Amino acid sequence: MTTKAETGNVQKVIFDGLAEVGAEPDDISREAEFEALDVDSLDLVELAQIVEEEFGVRLEGDDLKGLTTVGQVIDLVVKKAE
Amino acid sequence: MSAESSNGTPKGCALITGGSRGIGAAVARALAEDGWPVAINYRTDFEGAEAVAKEITDNGGVATLVAGDVQDGGALDAVFTSLEEEYGPVLVLVNNAGIRDDGLSPQLGDDAWERVLDTNLSAAFRTTRRALGPMLRARYGRIVNVASIVGPRANAGQANYAASKAGLIGMTRTVAVEVARRNVTVNAVAPGLVETKFTEDVNGDALGEIPARRAGTPEEVAACIRFLASPEASYVTGTTLTVDGGLSA
Repeated sequence: MTTKAETGNVQKVIFDGLAEVGAEPDDISREAEFEALDVDSLDLVELAQIVEEEFGVRLEGDDLKGLTTVGQVIDLVVKKAE
Repeated sequence: MSAESSNGTPKGCALITGGSRGIGAAVARALAEDGWPVAINYRTDFEGAEAVAKEITDNGGVATLVAGDVQDGGALDAVFTSLEEEYGPVLVLVNNAGIRDDGLSPQLGDDAWERVLDTNLSAAFRTTRRALGPMLRARYGRIVNVASIVGPRANAGQANYAASKAGLIGMTRTVAVEVARRNVTVNAVAPGLVETKFTEDVNGDALGEIPARRAGTPEEVAACIRFLASPEASYVTGTTLTVDGGLSA
C-alpha cells in the first residue's frame, strides 16, 4: 500500500530518507543543496527507491537531473503524484 | 528490514533465471540448502522447473516457480513485486538464462544476433536494474551473472554468444563499482564446457584441449555461484570466476 503524496508527508519521508543515506539531520532543509549534504548520485537513487515504495511515484533517471535542492525534489514528487 | 532470515542475511529470497535445468537447477538446489527461499524462473520447461522445486521442498527448503520470458519488462516487474510481497526482496539474483544460436558470422542473421543479445545480455540488465533498488535499501545484495569463457576467448560460430557474454562481464564490473558501498556485490562466473542439455551437441573432441580432460558438471559451477552469493563473499565484487578445468589458464 502506498501513501497519498502531499507536501507535508513527502517532506517527512524525504528528510528521513536523506538522514538514512547519511546526511546530517540538522543540515536537512528544503533549501539545502544535495552537494552540501554530501548526498551523491547513488544516494539519490536510493531516495528514489524510498519515494517509490512510499508513494508509488517512480522517479526516472532524467527526472532528478538538474535538481540541486531538497525542496525541488519534494515539489517534483508531489507534482508527479497528482 | 531488520528481520533476519535463518542464514543470518536480511529477509528476502533468491531468484534464478533459467532455473529449470543444468546450471540454473543446480544453483537453485544449492541456494535452497543455504536457507534462501528460491524462485525458479523458466520459460518453457515447466516439468523440469517443477521437478527442481519438488526436490527442494522435499528436502525441507522453500521453492516457487516463476513462469515467463525474462525479456518481457512488464512481466518481469510483476514477478519481482509478487516475490517481494510473499518472501521479501530479491537479495540474491542469478542471471543464468541463456541461449545459443550459432553460425559463422557471414551467415549469422539479424534475428540470431538480436535474440541471443536480448536474452543473454539485455534481459540480465533488466533483472539487475529491477533488483538493485530493494537491494540498496536492504544494504545487502548478491548478483551473479553466468557468463562464459566464450567472450573473453574466441569460439568460431558464436560471434553473437561471445558478444553477449563479454558484454555481461563488462556490465558486471561497472554495476559492481556503482553499488559496492551498499554491501551489494556483482560478480560473474565464466564456465567452460559443462555437461548440460545446452552443450549436448558440442563436439567431444573438445575434451582433449581441456587440461582436466573432462567436461565440468553443473554442480561444480553452482558451487562457485553459491560462494559468490554467500555472505562470506562480501569483499568479492566486480570479478569473474572462471570455471573451466584449466582451459583458459
